[in-house]
Amino acid sequence: MSAVQPEATFRDEELLAEVIARIIGDVRHVAVGNASPIPATAALLARARGNGLPYVSLLQSRKHNFFTDGGRELFDCAGQGRIDVFFLSGGEIDGEANINLVSIGDYAHPKVRFPGSFGSAYLYYVVPKLILFRTEHSRRTLVPKVSFISAPGTSADNVYRPGGPIALVTNRCLFNFDRVRRRFSLASVHPGHNVEEIIEHTGFEFDRPDDVPTTIPPSQEALQLMRGVVALQLAEVYPQFAATVFGASSAHSR
Amino acid sequence: MIKPLEDALAPITDGCLLAVPREVAGVPMAATRALIRRGVKRLHLVALPTSSLQADLLIGAGCVETLETSAVSLGEFGLAPRFSAAIIAGSITMKDATCPALHAAFQAAEKGEPFMPLRGLIGSDILKHRPDWRVIDNPFGNDDPIVLLPALKPDVALIHAPMADRAGNVWIGRQRELATMAHAATKTVVTVEKLHDGNLLDDPVLAAGTLPGFYIAALALAPNGCWPLSLPDYYPADLEHLAEYARLAATPEGFARYLEQYVHERRAA
Repeated sequence: MSAVQPEATFRDEELLAEVIARIIGDVRHVAVGNASPIPATAALLARARGNGLPYVSLLQSRKHNFFTDGGRELFDCAGQGRIDVFFLSGGEIDGEANINLVSIGDYAHPKVRFPGSFGSAYLYYVVPKLILFRTEHSRRTLVPKVSFISAPGTSADNVYRPGGPIALVTNRCLFNFDRVRRRFSLASVHPGHNVEEIIEHTGFEFDRPDDVPTTIPPSQEALQLMRGVVALQLAEVYPQFAATVFGASSAHSR
Repeated sequence: MIKPLEDALAPITDGCLLAVPREVAGVPMAATRALIRRGVKRLHLVALPTSSLQADLLIGAGCVETLETSAVSLGEFGLAPRFSAAIIAGSITMKDATCPALHAAFQAAEKGEPFMPLRGLIGSDILKHRPDWRVIDNPFGNDDPIVLLPALKPDVALIHAPMADRAGNVWIGRQRELATMAHAATKTVVTVEKLHDGNLLDDPVLAAGTLPGFYIAALALAPNGCWPLSLPDYYPADLEHLAEYARLAATPEGFARYLEQYVHERRAA
């Protein structure tokens, strides 16, 4: 954590994974897409605590991935409601939880091009607990209005939509998303950060209570699981992340 | 049926609709380099449902006119530089999609059906930029809009697999989308790591993961054929090489050097 936290014995990544694990809650199946080491840590932490439940599918993994029917099986599963939690990010995310994974500027002549929408334009609609995750919390990433809607945060009443965003986790705070009000509300501010800073670095309007709680740090139990069994499992898919985050932190803080 | 690599690639003609698989299914990179050496042009490239080095390389080498996929990225090595540059310069036509839409459009083709419905998508700008996709009112529902995707029937599917037998049967294991691609495409071209002695369909365990030779137009041996990408379960990606690619491909000059060194000069072994 930052220098304001002299007694910090955990890293940002560990705090964020713990925050996500709490949001995952008591569910049956969590799937994690590409390039998502912190959500993967959270899913494996939830499984370690639940003695094998939820089922966790890390899409890049050979060991922690039980799909045998090709790339479509994930989406077929999700379409039937067999995936309870999934994670998405965005080059831009706006105050109505629209996400942009495509480009900045005019679509035909963009200034910046991102990889593309992946499965977002489907999974965002059908997975009940869709957790948005973006470590960089800035006015560049959290914008008033996205340039391109890869997937919309909410839909008209007649559009089939059993799922959608429930929260946005950043390096500074946790927002909850209210699908009826179509707005984020500040749920907690991570240790070492404050509300003024969140307002300064957020490009969209959001609700907040008079007293915003501080995010509860990870427990010793959570840290031990992450640095032990979870780190070992994670190393298959994210060797560098597992080594730098858990190798280093366990050496410093035990 | 087993041919030299260059001959096996003959069905992939200029301007054809070519389907290629995602990275975890094994990407035919030796074949891709051979296509670039041959100077294939104006491809309508469909990556099911995403791509990495392969699309970036084909785009950078000027082989692609239209790209249809859900994402192109070098993963932990960052954005795909030639893809991004081509989009920003407007030098290729991009048909942005989302993964399950491509899977569904291939499934329509493999069934011989004209279209497939898919949930999601409504309200996404992807749909706004796809005039070929339609929204209808679900005829079995009541005021329930749903997207229809036309069948996507490739002229050629190009895939790589661990092994094949002399009858042209190809063992794909659990990479089932390779079967979907072959079922959907008019022709399928396959490169394999090695030949299997005997007939893959004789062993029920192997037969379950086998794509019958019936679907295959041409077959070539290409040991280490996914290099520098991985063939999952067989060999890992060459991370050092991919880092070098990302560094060189960041500029047109560097990319030209990469082509000279690794594509036009044939690698030993």
